Amino acid sequence: MPSPLLTLRGLGKSYGSVRANHAIDLEVAEGSIHAILGENGAGKSTLMKLIYGVETPDAGEILWRGAPLRVTSPAEARRAGIGMVFQHFSLFDTLTVVENISLVVPGTKADLGQRIRTLGQTFGLDVDPQAYVHALSVGERQRVEIIRCLMTDPRLLILDEPTSVLPPQSVERLFQTLQRLKEGGVSILFISHKLDEVRAICDRATILRAGTVVDNVDPRGHDAHALARMMIGHAMPEMAHARSLAPGEVLLQVDRLNHRPDDPFAMALADMSFEVRTGEVLGLAGVSGNGQAELTRLISGEWTLPRADAERVRMMGRPVGDRGAADRRELGFAFVPEERLGRGAVPDMSLADNSLLTAHRLGLVRNGLIDRTREAAFTRRCIEEFDVRAPGPEAEAGALSGGNLQKFIVGRELMLAPRLLFVAQPTWGVDIGAATAIRRRLVELRNQGCAIFVISEEIEELFEICDRVMVIREGRLSPSLRIAETDVQEVGRYMVGTREGTGGGDERAHS
Amino acid sequence: MTELPFRLRLIRRDGASRRAALLAPLAALLAAGLVNFLLYIAMGKDPAAVFYAMLVEPFVSWSSFSEVLLKLTPLLLIAEGLAVGFRAKVINIGAEGQFILGAIFAASIPVWFPEATGGWIWALMLLLGGIGGALWATVPAFWRVRLNASEILVTLMMSLIAAQLLNYLLVGPWKDPMGFNFPQSVMFQNDAILPTLIPGTRVNVALILAFVWAGLIYLYMQKSFQGYQLLVGGLAPHATAYAGFSEGRAVWLSLLIGGFAAGLAGAAEVAGPLGQLQRSVSSGYGYTAIIVAYLGGLHPIGIIFSSLLIAALNIGGDNAMVSADLPKAAVEVFQGSLLVFYLAAITLVRFRIQWRPPQEVRA
Repeated sequence: MPSPLLTLRGLGKSYGSVRANHAIDLEVAEGSIHAILGENGAGKSTLMKLIYGVETPDAGEILWRGAPLRVTSPAEARRAGIGMVFQHFSLFDTLTVVENISLVVPGTKADLGQRIRTLGQTFGLDVDPQAYVHALSVGERQRVEIIRCLMTDPRLLILDEPTSVLPPQSVERLFQTLQRLKEGGVSILFISHKLDEVRAICDRATILRAGTVVDNVDPRGHDAHALARMMIGHAMPEMAHARSLAPGEVLLQVDRLNHRPDDPFAMALADMSFEVRTGEVLGLAGVSGNGQAELTRLISGEWTLPRADAERVRMMGRPVGDRGAADRRELGFAFVPEERLGRGAVPDMSLADNSLLTAHRLGLVRNGLIDRTREAAFTRRCIEEFDVRAPGPEAEAGALSGGNLQKFIVGRELMLAPRLLFVAQPTWGVDIGAATAIRRRLVELRNQGCAIFVISEEIEELFEICDRVMVIREGRLSPSLRIAETDVQEVGRYMVGTREGTGGGDERAHS
Repeated sequence: MTELPFRLRLIRRDGASRRAALLAPLAALLAAGLVNFLLYIAMGKDPAAVFYAMLVEPFVSWSSFSEVLLKLTPLLLIAEGLAVGFRAKVINIGAEGQFILGAIFAASIPVWFPEATGGWIWALMLLLGGIGGALWATVPAFWRVRLNASEILVTLMMSLIAAQLLNYLLVGPWKDPMGFNFPQSVMFQNDAILPTLIPGTRVNVALILAFVWAGLIYLYMQKSFQGYQLLVGGLAPHATAYAGFSEGRAVWLSLLIGGFAAGLAGAAEVAGPLGQLQRSVSSGYGYTAIIVAYLGGLHPIGIIFSSLLIAALNIGGDNAMVSADLPKAAVEVFQGSLLVFYLAAITLVRFRIQWRPPQEVRA
């Protein structure tokens, strides 16, 4: 048997007292699509960073085609033939595709443009080399990233959660590309926590839990439940299915909202109208960059409208369009933003001080002075109830993993007992167990009469918890669809624009 | 993915230890001492004499130490006020101008009512001084909040205007008619002079005021919800908008507190050691206090120590110029190098340096 392309033996990496990776053994065969499966915090990203030379291992060795390989930087990894596409793209919006690529790949622009076209034809990655990146859809940007990697002629391509940013139709297309790459002799390391995807295209799956390898299987031979059990170590918690309630009072009403931002790369919002009632969850689906960020800020109160437009946004029956976040929160509004660090929490402050950010209303401040005892008590309760893995209320928010901080922020906002809750990406980066717990809390809250508005890029999540769903595209809203009467395909069609039909066409975010 | 040409990186430490943070200023003092030791030798001065005059004499001679306390007073007042704004990332570098306005406002009483008597006069002058400084700071606050004009530039420019206003008053309407045409105001009457605290020295009640002020700032920044909101604004501006804290209010509060403190210090200067309004009232306290604030780690307690240190270095520098024949520039080099080493030391408290030899991966 020929030696595998990449072999890891006993690889380990610790950060302080945290063992992110421990004694990892892994073999990636030539021409295979190999999945790394694991919950958030299982050590997937650390492992990829070790392979790609972003971090150096404390222990163990890496073999490349049977010979020891030492990578101390991504540049060395690229020279060896390892390429990586990160979850968050690193492209310059104001440059064209070919300009972006020429920043890392030597060659004249004409020459590079030609190679971009050729690669595009070979692997189904067509993209116009002269297009400006800001005018590209997310799917196209990802293609640019992949092309940029392929330019260096890698033998191994690492993809970090590549489908998390794509609409369903583009996922299909990405998979075709990956198949062609595999046939072209490129091995692929595919990081994901989406079990169906892994089962659809991967030949092998290595499952990580708490920094160690727990199993190494052929994913096609196991069903999603079995894989999930391997990932989280116990059976998947069942989701209580949401039964519809009689619609109640309108708590959030957006009425003919128009907004033109100053930033030329931000999305203008056109004529948006919708309402959320007590006892219902309304979801907003859409490919990111289609106006979600702008709508979010206008609803949260981080951006305000001129006084004349106060009526465009109403909460609990009152016009609040011109009011800031504090005034809206006084009415019983709570909000979980998609950025945790620096927006939903202050990274350099303790969890206790981060409680104060929005929970100061709950008697944590008396006579203008902070009541440290109550502050700590509140924080401790939040840590316990929402299973935040942190040493205690004094832990710095920035030191928590993304998923744990998300649990803390969601917990803090839920403990405010809001009448109207707005959550952007409720389970982004949270492991499956905790994600299910968060979703269940949201449904419980709805059953208690809370009105909930959720923005998510995970359609499955929206179908799980929402009563109705809308799609945002190019700053406009689709009609609201009852979950019981629609399906993923229909929502997907609205995401990419109905005119392009269903044939795997890709959307253009700005046209 | 760019690579540095050399393999040296700053890696953020998991947790900055309190002990290291306290040791940093001492390490900086030691390093600055060493470098300047070599400098003095190269200059042919006797390092021992210089260091004695600069670092020891201010603390062992009572007359020197009382001067240290006198210098400490305005530095402590201003630096504590500025630190509030700095931690909220509202950078007021115009304390010098606010200080001058405080001096002018305070001087208005003895200039316009030279015959007035009563123990309330100096107290009123201090209050007026604080108000004057705060008023001067309203201009950059308003411009920043309404027009988004950088408070760094506006406060700095307002200082230049304040200096010209002082000049105008001293050569114009407020010039002492009996003052042989010197640009200075009348000498203040006795009740317009701050009561002396320690007989035989120039130390006055403003020293107590400065420590009370430091205590108030400590309470404000560490315990109050308003101070917390300012901290959030400095650390994570988006979190401020998220929580619904007013950014405009943070700008106003920061500048008003800084302006008030500087104005108070200016009033204490004319009503204290000077006893009249003169050009030399603007002697750079407003700028030095910026260094003091950062040297003290922007922490209310740290600033007490840093203002003591800088005041002592000032007096010690004067001593060294006289007794060890050190040029003024060399004194400034010492103070400058101290700040540079402190900034390096404090960086190392938060980050560690990682050397990455090119050919070594496996541990």
